[in-house]
Amino acid sequence: MTVFLLHIYDRNGNSLYEKEWCRRKKSNLTKEEEKKLMFGMLHSIKSFVSKLSPKDSKEGFLSYTTSQYKLHFYESPTRLKFVVMTDINVGNIRETLKKIYSSIYVAYIARNPMCDLAEPINCKLFESRLETFMKGLSFFEDSKE
Amino acid sequence: MTVFSVYVVNKAGGLIFQYDHQKQNVEMEKTFSYPLDIKLDLQSDQISVVFGQRDGIRVGYVVLSVNGKTVNGRKLEDGSDAIELIEDESNYPISIKFGRPKLSSNQKIMMASMFHSLYAISVQLSPEPGSSGIQKLETDTFILHCHQTVTGVKFIVISDTKQVGVESLLHRLYTIYADFALKNPFYSLEMPIRTELFDTHVISAIEQTEKTGSAI
Repeated sequence: MTVFLLHIYDRNGNSLYEKEWCRRKKSNLTKEEEKKLMFGMLHSIKSFVSKLSPKDSKEGFLSYTTSQYKLHFYESPTRLKFVVMTDINVGNIRETLKKIYSSIYVAYIARNPMCDLAEPINCKLFESRLETFMKGLSFFEDSKE
Repeated sequence: MTVFSVYVVNKAGGLIFQYDHQKQNVEMEKTFSYPLDIKLDLQSDQISVVFGQRDGIRVGYVVLSVNGKTVNGRKLEDGSDAIELIEDESNYPISIKFGRPKLSSNQKIMMASMFHSLYAISVQLSPEPGSSGIQKLETDTFILHCHQTVTGVKFIVISDTKQVGVESLLHRLYTIYADFALKNPFYSLEMPIRTELFDTHVISAIEQTEKTGSAI
């Protein structure tokens, strides 16, 4: 099993952090365009899901699966968006995403007086903690090619 | 185990078939005294709650009926104006039924083409080469399954999270489409499917999936 990449967006659609572990397909878009496309897609999926939902939903959109990858989505109460792409055999990793938010983002960015919350994350401690956390996940395994 | 609805989208993103199987309506009827503590406003031709929540009535819900009379747009079934009726103090106590907004047929067409583009974007964003588009979209209240045929027609089934056998239903729908739409000499490609035989087979396939967890 593999983790491809992780993206963090703030509520206005600015990319705060991105990390790619394994990516075989080089997209024909630039990094910037791709991030915007992804945020736009997530935004549309959210409104799509809320319109289609038969009941009032609490969490809304959780994940989608294609033939090659699975996209997991978590939105914090402050509308910070966490996106992780893994291979399709990974189950529900909502708790993992919540943990990235509550015990890594909140602990090392939100409580860090030196970090501007609206700016892209540039904090070595956060990066190394995130890296250790992701590598410790049971489904991370051989993401390095 | 429930199947909520089925959509068939042609290769251009146009909706050519739609069927709602389960009427899953959240409805709330309550008698109010003056003044009304919920703020209502006309939004996209429906009277919806814009401020104030109580007793399960939430922001975004629409007014379905007033004093037992169904509301269409802003008019009641007898032709009187619903907003004027609700604003007039002499009509109180008044009984208003609220519910989640239902998708109008225009909105369903919009949803279909929206999914068509989301499908295309998900291919573009793939980190792996040779990926298809969205095959399964999970939320906490429903799961959407999509099967795209080689000719580009998309079959979409929306079911609750516990429904099994949706993949087999999608393949059954494709068979039904081939048998009762494509083989029908009066059916023109890419156009809406209006064939009774197609409808009845779709309904029986859905019912079988709900009962046995497989459409075959």
